[in-house]
Amino acid sequence: MHKLLTEHPGQKMMLLGNEAIARGAMEAGVALAATYPGTPSSEISLNLFQIAQESDLYFEYSINEKVALEVTAASANAGVRSLCIMKHVGMNVAADALMTLAYVGVNGGLVIISADDPFMFSSQNEQDNRYYGKLSGLPIVEPSSVEEAKDMVPYAFDLSEKLKEPVILRTTTRINHSSGIVTLGKIAQRITTGDFKKDPFNYVTVPAVSRKLHVKLLQNIEKAAAISDQSPYNFTRGKGRWGIICNGVSFNYASDAVMDLNIADKTKILRIGFSHPMPSAMIKAFLKDCEKVLIIEEGEPYMEEAVKAMAQEEKLTLSIRGKGKDLFSRLFEFNPADVRKCIADYFGVNFSAKAKPDLSDVPEIPARPPNLCAGCSHRATFYAVRKAAEGQDTIYPTDIGCYTLGFLPPLSMGDFLICMGSSIGTSCGFSKATKQKVISYIGDSTFFHSGIPGLVNAVFNNHNFTLVILDNGTTAMTGHQPHPGVDMSQMNMDGFQQVSIENIVRAVGVKHVTVIRPYQVKKSIGAIKAALDYQGVSVVISKEGCVLHLKSLKKAVGKPFYVSDKCKNHRNCINDLACPAFYIDEDRVKINPDQCVGCAVCAQICPENAILPLKRSKA
Amino acid sequence: MDIIRLIIVAVGGQGNLLASKVLAEAALISDIPVRMSEIHGMAQRGGVVESAVVFGDAKSNIISDGDADVLVGFEPSETLRAINKCNQNTVVVTNISPLPPFTVMIGKGVYPDLAQLQKLIQAKTAKLIAFDALALAKKAGNVMSLNMVLLGALLQTGTLPLSGACVKEAIRETTKASFQEINLAAFDLGFAAAQNA
Ligand code: SF4
Ligand code: SF4
Repeated sequence: MHKLLTEHPGQKMMLLGNEAIARGAMEAGVALAATYPGTPSSEISLNLFQIAQESDLYFEYSINEKVALEVTAASANAGVRSLCIMKHVGMNVAADALMTLAYVGVNGGLVIISADDPFMFSSQNEQDNRYYGKLSGLPIVEPSSVEEAKDMVPYAFDLSEKLKEPVILRTTTRINHSSGIVTLGKIAQRITTGDFKKDPFNYVTVPAVSRKLHVKLLQNIEKAAAISDQSPYNFTRGKGRWGIICNGVSFNYASDAVMDLNIADKTKILRIGFSHPMPSAMIKAFLKDCEKVLIIEEGEPYMEEAVKAMAQEEKLTLSIRGKGKDLFSRLFEFNPADVRKCIADYFGVNFSAKAKPDLSDVPEIPARPPNLCAGCSHRATFYAVRKAAEGQDTIYPTDIGCYTLGFLPPLSMGDFLICMGSSIGTSCGFSKATKQKVISYIGDSTFFHSGIPGLVNAVFNNHNFTLVILDNGTTAMTGHQPHPGVDMSQMNMDGFQQVSIENIVRAVGVKHVTVIRPYQVKKSIGAIKAALDYQGVSVVISKEGCVLHLKSLKKAVGKPFYVSDKCKNHRNCINDLACPAFYIDEDRVKINPDQCVGCAVCAQICPENAILPLKRSKA
Repeated sequence: MDIIRLIIVAVGGQGNLLASKVLAEAALISDIPVRMSEIHGMAQRGGVVESAVVFGDAKSNIISDGDADVLVGFEPSETLRAINKCNQNTVVVTNISPLPPFTVMIGKGVYPDLAQLQKLIQAKTAKLIAFDALALAKKAGNVMSLNMVLLGALLQTGTLPLSGACVKEAIRETTKASFQEINLAAFDLGFAAAQNA
């Protein structure tokens, strides 16, 4: 049985933040969940995916976040408790549905998880999604710890049903990827089938209906504000005339700092866990008996702006500070030492930090950048494209996935990237605005997520570029989740269809479509050359499984190769391909047989034919 | 109780996350408050993995520069890279069998000299235990038990509020049945190595 289905209320368990959230969903009786994978939210989905195979929970990996939200909006309106999971940038994709769903509201509970990523450990920006609460008018709750993350899920569902609105549960990476001790609660009975009662004059958002619904939304925000003022997740700790207002992980750093600085008797902390709408009565009362107030929040000055506005309403003139050159940054993650220092500075407390070691004599340590795996098919495709495009002035728009790493030298395949699906849309622009040859990359999962509309646009408007679809049969970057192009029977799962990328591309109207096997180097180069010569939109589908995934399915790994003495040491293999199985030993190129998966690409590019399969006797 | 802050650094695939999980499990068994956080850094694709484990009544679960009480490094250059987390009272345990980054492997970067690396760490911290943990893992029966060797050495230092017996119990609970004997042997080898270091 899945460990998150353990039925022992009161038992303590060590859980990852994301596991705790999945457990919270079980305790809330969630019966339907949908997502598009994205770090730092991925393990929530992974656990629910596994649980769905052992229970009557319905879980799906949707094609993108907007679709996931639409799926859950419908089920919640049929009365089924539903969970929609995404990373922060996923919310941008879902935003179109979100803004109007807030008008329509829900019947059964709907909780939307937004996993924000301060410091961008694995993201393209560090947007602060609390503004989505403000923008859409939906309530936001934010945990400070793993334990609280679990407990907030049922709380958010109750809140959602009380207000008849979706509720946003906002986490940051430091909650998602932290572990802590969690006390299990009861798993609620799942109600898996609901009943949708037609009511088009409240559900079909034509202008006349929406005008009415916007009024209702504003009333709901007012109700939410009253609940926020009473919420157990907004609380004050300690007493004194120095005030700290904080949220999320900042609460932890602030609490530790107050202890370290020995100012517990002078300081009180207001922790905001229900952050939209802000608890204004609570905050105003807090401000009234403070001498000065410091606001500690990662990201944008979201609370700071609200608190300052509230002080103005109360005609309070105390000093309220948060972000600023001398105080907290809007950039990146906070850490305990910096928070401690800012608190000490702001309240004028003497504090000397532990002496840090002098690092001036430490030599430069070589960087360890992430790299495409040994034998990764993307490397083979990049190589083939480079050869095929030799001598041409090219732009390579790229997209989001493992293959983004191809922007690093020596492959240098990636010139522009803003979001999922952008490679195709920006190719349309580059091809019109420049005389350069545009060759863009997109992965299979990303193609389904948001590539298709761009391709339709390209065909319709008669753009001129070559799109290379890197089809490795999985969503590799986030941990090998399925997508509509995956043959699910490979994973021993039935009840799925497989959608052919090639058929879609042809159906959209692309005239020049070729499918290549990137491990066949010469043939691939030839096919790509033909695609580049084509005037108009041409598509090359490069099909080869992700080696890391195949390894885990125990399907990969051919015979390793080795470099024989025919090698003349001109090192094309390392300089052009840079497979991490290569290394240099006493000035000669060698292949590590433990890393090599036997893709044979290096053997095909070696001009001396010096790279050969390792025979057993040699091993 | 005193707050103890432990940082573990490794290269993706070395089993760092499992090691911290074992420690957290051991803390749970011993009823000691514990919090952890991880940075994966695209671990699968050869990046650095760092985990922080905080024992005791602190709420924060990340460790600022200079704040680590103990540093365990699974790879020597990564241990040196994390030296900014240490202070003069920090205890450092490190494997000295290197796993050079790809840049070094292809001659585009210089790997630090191992003797100098140890001298530097020694000069800046309270205590250094450095040994070839990979060799001991092989001796125990599986290179993958490197993490357990280092856990053994870590426990020997006596810096954590956990007993060896309790960590062994956690190893039995958290690691795959087929590897348990090897893992426990690896733990003992690491413990002994730290005694002699
Ligand atoms: S996980 Fe798969 S797709 Fe990603 S780099 Fe490795 S082999 Fe390539
Ligand atoms: S055959 Fe060559 S390119 Fe392929 S994995 Fe082995 S060393 Fe790398």
